[in-house]
Amino acid sequence: MAILSKEDAQALLKKVLTYSTADECEASLRGRTTGNIRYARNSVSTAGAQDSVSLAVESRFGKRSGIATCNEFDDATLKRCVQRAEEIARLAPESPEYVPMLGPQTYLNPPSTATTQLTAATRAQAAADSMNLCAAKNLTAAGFLDGGTSFVAKRNSKGLEAYQQSTNTDFSVTVRTADGRGSGYAIADATDPAKLNAKGLTQRAVDKALSSVNARAIEPGKYTVILEPAALMAGDDLSLLGGLVFGMGAREADEGRSFLSKKGGGNRKGEKLFDERITIYSDPMNPEVPGNAFDGDGLPTKRQTWVEKGVVKNLFYSRFWAEKNKVPATAYPNGFIMAGGTQSTAELIKGTAKGILVTRLWYIREVDPQTLLFTGLTRDGTFYIENGQIKFPIKNLRFNESPIIMLNNIEAIGRPQRLAGCLIPPLKIRDFTFTSLSDAI
Amino acid sequence: MKRRDFVGLTGLATGALFLPSFPSLGSAVDPLRLLEPGLDVAQKKRLADVGLNAAKSAGASYADVRIGRYLNQSIFTREKQVQGISSTESFGFGIRVIANGTWGFASTNNVTDAGIAKAAQLAVQIAKANSKVQKEKVQLAPQKGYGEVSWKAPIQQNAFEVPIKDKVDLLLGVNAKALDLGVSFVNSILSQVNEQKYFASTDGSYIDQDIHRIYPSFGVTAIDRASGKFRSRQALSAPVGMGYEYLTPKAADKVAGPTGSDIIGYKNSYDMLEDVAAAAKQVKQKLTAKSVVPGKYDLVLDPHHLGLTIHESVGHPLELDRVLGYEANYAGTSFATLEWKAKGIPYGSKVVNIVADKVTPGTLGAVGYDDEGVKTKRWDLIKEGRLVDYEKIRDQAHVVGQKESDGCCYSQSWQDVQFQRMPNVSLQPGKTPLSVDELVRGVDKGIYIAGNGSFSIDQQRYNFQFGGQVFYAIEKGKITEMLEDVAYQANTQEFWNACAATCDERDFRFFGAFNDGKGQPSQSSAVSHGSSTTRFNGVNVINTARKIG
Repeated sequence: MAILSKEDAQALLKKVLTYSTADECEASLRGRTTGNIRYARNSVSTAGAQDSVSLAVESRFGKRSGIATCNEFDDATLKRCVQRAEEIARLAPESPEYVPMLGPQTYLNPPSTATTQLTAATRAQAAADSMNLCAAKNLTAAGFLDGGTSFVAKRNSKGLEAYQQSTNTDFSVTVRTADGRGSGYAIADATDPAKLNAKGLTQRAVDKALSSVNARAIEPGKYTVILEPAALMAGDDLSLLGGLVFGMGAREADEGRSFLSKKGGGNRKGEKLFDERITIYSDPMNPEVPGNAFDGDGLPTKRQTWVEKGVVKNLFYSRFWAEKNKVPATAYPNGFIMAGGTQSTAELIKGTAKGILVTRLWYIREVDPQTLLFTGLTRDGTFYIENGQIKFPIKNLRFNESPIIMLNNIEAIGRPQRLAGCLIPPLKIRDFTFTSLSDAI
Repeated sequence: MKRRDFVGLTGLATGALFLPSFPSLGSAVDPLRLLEPGLDVAQKKRLADVGLNAAKSAGASYADVRIGRYLNQSIFTREKQVQGISSTESFGFGIRVIANGTWGFASTNNVTDAGIAKAAQLAVQIAKANSKVQKEKVQLAPQKGYGEVSWKAPIQQNAFEVPIKDKVDLLLGVNAKALDLGVSFVNSILSQVNEQKYFASTDGSYIDQDIHRIYPSFGVTAIDRASGKFRSRQALSAPVGMGYEYLTPKAADKVAGPTGSDIIGYKNSYDMLEDVAAAAKQVKQKLTAKSVVPGKYDLVLDPHHLGLTIHESVGHPLELDRVLGYEANYAGTSFATLEWKAKGIPYGSKVVNIVADKVTPGTLGAVGYDDEGVKTKRWDLIKEGRLVDYEKIRDQAHVVGQKESDGCCYSQSWQDVQFQRMPNVSLQPGKTPLSVDELVRGVDKGIYIAGNGSFSIDQQRYNFQFGGQVFYAIEKGKITEMLEDVAYQANTQEFWNACAATCDERDFRFFGAFNDGKGQPSQSSAVSHGSSTTRFNGVNVINTARKIG
């Protein structure tokens, strides 16, 4: 029951709408079936499976709105759910930010599903492959494999109909030496689980762990760095690029409380804020990172440029803020692509006289929203580069840096790789600011 | 929660991207639904037994079930308007089993005999599949069954019984006060949680619990349009394990900060209108406050600030799952390993006495029994600067040679597996009478920090950096002026060993972390941290001001 076909989902939503007496009504279904396995100390720790589907009904009377949901689908429950949404709407205050529901839309059809599925047995096998590789070398693996299928369907009284099914699998592994003096990390996600190679990724983490033993301390200060994609983007926490791109809201900027606010009023759309080699866009049809076809409002996503050649081309406009400012609304994408070059991380290292290779950044938090200053630390593989070669591992460092400053100090941009549903290139940056040393391994 | 999971079903969900994060655990419902009783205990016991029996029949040597009804309500406002009212209910069944010495877990919102039996069988099937690649068999600390028992949080007024209109009026009143006092923007929020949890295990426990939490908060922003500078100040409230009574201010619960600081702290009740008035005044001062000169300072940290430092630098490193490496791939490990503990290296100075507890009334950690059926307690973590114990659950106690769990097991909902989480972790007040003014009087060159701001710490909990809400310079024993652009960086052991003095119990109060994240898939938990205002000598302060083009 968790995954409904387009036809079954729309038939159910159509029935729900027939129970509505409101001025506007929108019904949405969301379901998922997922499974995960977690391991640590070269042994399985926890694992589980989740299966759920739910219906949300939004009813509106004038500018008053109410939402109710249910997860049973007999006629009586569906009717009660609609009635409840209507009761809530009648009690709600009028919203000064009301915009009418969308009418029929045309959606792209992103290639967001794969036919392969993981099972409890294949998940256990992938974990075993990863753990066995490490155990054979007296290393300790901790990892997580999580994946499944989900769907979203929407239909409203204005004629909007939407449906999308997606599959996704995430894998990450941290490998530590038995004495705890070395640590390495690898992460990947894929639409098709068959494309995830747990063993190959674990080997990468193994190599990092072994080569990070006996780290030396260097003085904190400004250094040229090569930031691997996992140091730029994270799916489950704040990241340098995620914090920048998903922080590009027009409203905050117009209100004067964002790094994109203009002195004296307005926002910085149209200004060149970054190095001319920086281009960032979203493209739901990209086969490597297929995106959502529509956002929570039912707005169709499309290829949308956020930064082009260093110039801010677009900000996120909610439907309300867009209407107020007489500009088109921007559908909220679930990922982005940073354009890059052709060089691999290894090639970027080769072209570096002196610098630091950063595998991953961790616990990133905003220090100052005015300048988008972030702090955080390197983790799981930090190395000193000299004359185009990795010379020795170095102790982890805390940074205090703004992605805006960082993207003005570009030395080179590598080949983009998929990470957290985005395409992210490794970046070589000059004058990246480290402020203190950490003893953490 | 992953960002892409946020892109949900309704416009409300998209809007939430720009709001303070809160767990979207449930389904939206009529607010009145939050007052309807859930299943009665007899029904829950019958359903629990269906699950336990199905698991045993499928080959489980141990099983526990949790039937949970999780109610959440959040009201978001900005300036003169309500942005959203979200009332959610999440009801379902989770079953955890041991088969072939391996854990398995499954959950379902199909709470019928058939749905429960299917989930039980799936959990056993997963355990058996994983047992083939298992290296360490699960060892559970013995736990006697308690029979049929119950526990209720000692609240005075269920927040869900308060009409939404009254709550909206309170928040809009707070906003009006801030706007009257000249702030550019104000957001306010009221979050309320009720966990109705039923636990049963093959040990013979049937535990029914009713837990409440509430969190009022706001943020005000002042903007100088000409210069483009903006600053904000967040509320000095704490999330608490209380009912709506937290929002009825009592004079006895107010604690003044040091003379000259304009800070008021709150104990067991909160004066939101008073705090927003102070915030409105302070946020405008922040626009012109002096930018700090970096260097070494003696820090005087108020409990609302210090609570988060305790959370990150003591609470997390002493979680035994981190210490053992179970969180290596995400939240990290810990410097405070068993080997490190055995060396007897001081964690802090003699002033540092830190206690864990799951029992203090009104705190976020307080429950009668944890999520694996262990009665809760209070225990020492650090005594006179020495590490004496960790935070642990049933499958970890044997690792440190102990025979019982500390009762630290928690799951954010029926659909996630329970695991070791942080209890309340608190710095004990000084035994010698010491007021905040007396504490400040001894500081020659220092900074007083109130409220928590930006926070970051490494994965083994050595190096941290913290900001705050309001900063004041201390010169020759007196607060002199407000400062800005302050953050301090320290090493956990150096910091706690630089702890010079802590005020007495008159100043003691709790800070809370409402959404502490850990685990994969990530789960949220809520926890309180008590302390009195405390002094730390010679801490490195950096200046965080930067220029962008």
